[in-house]
Amino acid sequence: MPSTSETTINEFAQREYQHGFVTDIEQESLPPGLSEDTVRFISAKKNEPEWMLEWRLKAYRHWLTMTEPVWPKVDYPPVDFQAASYYSAPKSDADRPKSLDEVDPKLLETYEKLGIPLREQEMLAGVAVDAVFDSVSVATTFKDKLHDLGIVFCSMSEAIKNHPELVKKYIGSVVPHTDNFYAALNCAVFSDGSFVYIPKGVRCPMELSTYFRINAQNTGQFERTLIVAEEGSHVSYLEGCTAPQRDENQLHAAVVELVAMDNAQIKYSTVQNWYPGDEEGRGGIYNFVTKRGICKGANSKISWTQVETGSAITWKYPSCILQGDNSIGEFYSVALTANRQQADTGTKMIHIGKNTRSTIISKGISAGKGQNTYRGLVKIMKNAEGARNYTQCDSMLIGDKCGAHTFPYIDIRNSTAAAEHEATTSKIGEDQIFYCNQRGLSEEDAVSLIVNGFCKEVLAELPMEFAVEAQKLLGISLEGSVG
Amino acid sequence: MIEIKNLHASVEEKEILRGINLTIKPGEVHAIMGPNGSGKSTLASVIAGREDFEVTDGSINYFGEDLTEMEPDERAHAGVFLAFQYPVEIPGVSNTYFLRQAVNAMREARGEDELDAKSFLDMVKKRAAEVHMNPDLLKRQVNFGFSGGEKKKNEIFQMAVLDPKLAVLDETDSGLDIDALKVVADGVNALRNENRMILVITHYQRLLEYIVPDFVHVLVDGRIVKSGGKELALELEKEGYAELEAQTANA
Repeated sequence: MPSTSETTINEFAQREYQHGFVTDIEQESLPPGLSEDTVRFISAKKNEPEWMLEWRLKAYRHWLTMTEPVWPKVDYPPVDFQAASYYSAPKSDADRPKSLDEVDPKLLETYEKLGIPLREQEMLAGVAVDAVFDSVSVATTFKDKLHDLGIVFCSMSEAIKNHPELVKKYIGSVVPHTDNFYAALNCAVFSDGSFVYIPKGVRCPMELSTYFRINAQNTGQFERTLIVAEEGSHVSYLEGCTAPQRDENQLHAAVVELVAMDNAQIKYSTVQNWYPGDEEGRGGIYNFVTKRGICKGANSKISWTQVETGSAITWKYPSCILQGDNSIGEFYSVALTANRQQADTGTKMIHIGKNTRSTIISKGISAGKGQNTYRGLVKIMKNAEGARNYTQCDSMLIGDKCGAHTFPYIDIRNSTAAAEHEATTSKIGEDQIFYCNQRGLSEEDAVSLIVNGFCKEVLAELPMEFAVEAQKLLGISLEGSVG
Repeated sequence: MIEIKNLHASVEEKEILRGINLTIKPGEVHAIMGPNGSGKSTLASVIAGREDFEVTDGSINYFGEDLTEMEPDERAHAGVFLAFQYPVEIPGVSNTYFLRQAVNAMREARGEDELDAKSFLDMVKKRAAEVHMNPDLLKRQVNFGFSGGEKKKNEIFQMAVLDPKLAVLDETDSGLDIDALKVVADGVNALRNENRMILVITHYQRLLEYIVPDFVHVLVDGRIVKSGGKELALELEKEGYAELEAQTANA
């Protein structure tokens, strides 16, 4: 990635300050490259306690022994991990666009179509804004309310400082540092992320969203999120946003861990719309994500909903370990690949407890030269009496240069368990489009309508306001794919 | 008014329509009959603007505009409606939502405001009653899992909601039993008025017993070989298409 390293060097040379971290360390940034020193630097920058540093180093040393997975059905030039930058401070105001006039008009057009307010457009496009962003005050109000209920919702860095006992107990407990290549990398160099703790019996009164976390910016590259729901608590968490997000860093490797105790419920919704690259796929984000939740307690429930429309490469399998008896895991996914995007995504449902149930609904849409793969594992262990899984895996093709692939793995070790798998592949037909045209809909509206119908079961799982935006997003992402 | 003059059209380089002349005035119901492969459905598709059909000669004048120059959705906005021979399924999209999108697309094209949800529902319920449509079908997904009869009824219902100036019914009777045929025909008859032009395309005379046309045309081998009043349909029923086909072949 010559362009990335070049940009990184340039940025390094121009860097003036960074906010969000304590500033008592003279050196503000790191040149590209990864070593133990990099890890130590990051940890020191964040004023982390010794145990956190040790944990990072352990992960780094393990990472050195690992190799990149080659089994995903994606194709990209080798990533030079020494060319990437692992501590990139925010862009200085001098480097940012001064106003929306300096921002790519195409990007603005998309914001317009999504109906994003002007101030948010500025923030998303990285415009240097003097005044504090409006939502900060909103966020503060929310924080007070959450605080009264005993809910902790803060950045991972803050949590390490203020709630070390919780972080220590749960970080890496669902996705250990040895889990996979990218997870190990994340453990070593994670930048920031969210931490959520819902105490016993509390129902979180609002959707928690990264959008309302004050320091949500510049945490994207190696994000690390941890959500713990104590006995009988409920929480719904929203990640990402529908607006196309640009990032200077091509390599992303996030880790999300969820822990649900007895009777707890966690709903985790994602709309991922990182820059997918240009029509030839140049410059798009590589998104290698590890997301996993454990239903630790009886009758607990974890539900993943994702709408993946961005990134050049998506490698992501939000999974559930159903350990508690009668626990429930759900995975609802829409993955859309257009132009030269590639996605290899799906889930793993590991049934350990008795009468555990899981549902998988996956909708893959391929357009242009996009390649879309569903890869899923349903594993029912020996003691999972009466476990049930239902999987439905639908693919839709738009045009004749794209691809849809399905790799379901089913591993059942208990004779009382049952797993159902249904799969369909359909092609968006000229007949369907003509029918809509004849009723007065334009070609683009027709495609949007048909695709949204195809994804309906998944979109229905999204929180209301997210669902409306996601619908628009699917239409916009497919513009120009037909005809 | 629609005025079709010397219309030639091809599919994949094969000429199907070879000089159609047909004029329909507001308030008139015309029927086109003909044997299989004569070009009946092609004519319907060409009027609606289906892409695979290429107009190679002739013209279609529609209220002073050249219809062949318009995109399919623009034709719909201008009041052209096609009841499909094979209505298309759109899984996951409710009939109501689909129709609302359609109605609002038409209104937008005419520079009118969108109908709000309540006005739309009131209108839809009224239209459903007019054409004896079971309101339960409204909640279902567009044509998805519908029986053949339900699909055809749904087409007539859509016609009622979209209130077209020109309605082309492409073999709306195919695959219907007599009861369903009557319901569909009643629906169409309820929508006859002095402003609307209706073109009924059918293979059988049977439908025309229920939707009585003002004019009947016989299409053979891409040309209208005979035109007349409603009695022509009965004649054909008795004599079949064979003689007309033979005459055309000799000509």
